[in-house]
Amino acid sequence: MIDLTINTDLATKIITGFIKSELNRMGFKKALMGVSGGIDSALSLYFSAMALGPENVLAVRMPYKTSPPETLEDAQTMIDALGVQSMTIEITDMVDPLINLHEDMTKLRAGNIMARMRMIVLYDQSVAFNGLVMGTSNKTEMLLGYSTVYGDSAAALQPIGDLFKTQVRQLARALGVPEQVIQKAPSADLWIGQTDEGELGFTYADVDKLLYLLVDQRYRPEDCVKEGFNKDFVDRVLGLMRKNHFKRVMPPIAKLSQRTIGYDFLYLRDWGT
Amino acid sequence: MKINLALAQFNTQLGNVQANLQKHLDLIDQAVAQNVDLMIFPELSLTGYALQDLAIPSAIRPHQKDPVFYALLEASQKLDLMVGFVHEDQRHKFYIAAAYLAGGRIIHIHNKVYLPTYGMFDEGRFFAPGDAIRAFKTRFGKVGMLICEDFWHASPPYLLWLDGADILLFQSASPGRGLNQDPRLSSSAWVEHTNRAYAGLFTNFVAHANRVGYEDGLNFWGGSTIFDPNGDLVVRAPDFEPALTVAEIDLNQLHRSRARLPLLRDERTALVLRELERIQGAA
Repeated sequence: MIDLTINTDLATKIITGFIKSELNRMGFKKALMGVSGGIDSALSLYFSAMALGPENVLAVRMPYKTSPPETLEDAQTMIDALGVQSMTIEITDMVDPLINLHEDMTKLRAGNIMARMRMIVLYDQSVAFNGLVMGTSNKTEMLLGYSTVYGDSAAALQPIGDLFKTQVRQLARALGVPEQVIQKAPSADLWIGQTDEGELGFTYADVDKLLYLLVDQRYRPEDCVKEGFNKDFVDRVLGLMRKNHFKRVMPPIAKLSQRTIGYDFLYLRDWGT
Repeated sequence: MKINLALAQFNTQLGNVQANLQKHLDLIDQAVAQNVDLMIFPELSLTGYALQDLAIPSAIRPHQKDPVFYALLEASQKLDLMVGFVHEDQRHKFYIAAAYLAGGRIIHIHNKVYLPTYGMFDEGRFFAPGDAIRAFKTRFGKVGMLICEDFWHASPPYLLWLDGADILLFQSASPGRGLNQDPRLSSSAWVEHTNRAYAGLFTNFVAHANRVGYEDGLNFWGGSTIFDPNGDLVVRAPDFEPALTVAEIDLNQLHRSRARLPLLRDERTALVLRELERIQGAA
């Protein structure tokens, strides 16, 4: 029996402390994030409001013309419930010129363009708002590499990056995120009708259990198969983890000198604070 | 003899020795106001924990003329202190170290013997391992100091016990990990479990100071404790919050516990040595 249940009070204590401490050490009091109406950004928003006070948090809604209106409404419901600051910047007019420039544009490319445009909007608002961009990535999507590099993966802090999607759902419920946000099929909203689970070909509930054994509990792949996981599923997940590792690390630097950033020039980001 | 013990559970600035020294002196003032006799700071309390390349510029050669030690030695005229620092020795090896200061003198320095270099830990990359585990005399009797991973191994507390330490002083900068359904992290529960076990197994006092705060994504969980020679909890500081936790301990409890349970009297060190030599020889 694989049980991913966590103590939500303890998780909340550690994560809100992390947000406040690390933001302050970087010299900031405020944070902003894209709020899509989905569960990950919802949880990051709730934690940020708890850690920093709602007046110090800016929720940015960045719909594209095909974004379902209910996602905007769900985001507004949470903005109102928390009392955080908010703004809406539609990205359609920013991304369509580039999308329409190429006849061979694919939906994957268009989706990545949207994700990166949202990053540009957030980092621009970061200066205007004098706050840092809060990440909304969870452990499952980071391990699978289900993100757009320099798009939704771009952030100053990753408060929920060590929580599996299953645990994100548990925490969201404990913090009072609206039920329709929790129940909604997870989607990157990069094209109409896209769902994470449809695109990945497996459910988060299943892959979280496998990732928990492979990563957290250090099971060998063959031991996961003995535990009842389909071998093709295990191989597929391992392949995604390996193939997308580049999204989790800084780009390697060609080493030439006696001392090179990343290899033998080693400091935490909290250096001196 | 009853003494007041203080556990200084606080946050550090990474690699900023001057700022951390000032925090020490402020906390010492608070402890003096509460008639504290012995005050324990966490691991690397003068520097912060995950130093990496900051280890070298943070290092101290501990003597009277060092300005940081000078200030602490002055303070040790008022109460005994155990502090954590990066120790640079005569030959420029760098250790994670604990210093016991009393009456204006450096009484003992312990260099961390076990440097965790696995998982999230990388101490062996930056530091030299200590090579001695010794109890030493204080005005409260013989005590022994260990640093974090030192007491994840069973042998260092055991050696200190046999070397005469009735009070074990532990310091750590323990990153919290292992979130599950329990109200405490599994790392917190484990450390407290083993500290209680040492107190009970050795009929000793075990005092543990652990830091709080964050370094990048690492959290430090606090929860500093004192256990008495029956293995009973004397005091526990809150998890995650800074706290100066003061408790009175009655050293006469050693008499009562060991009269009831003569584990120290009955410990067969010659047998242990003989068997260790056999095991070493077999390997």
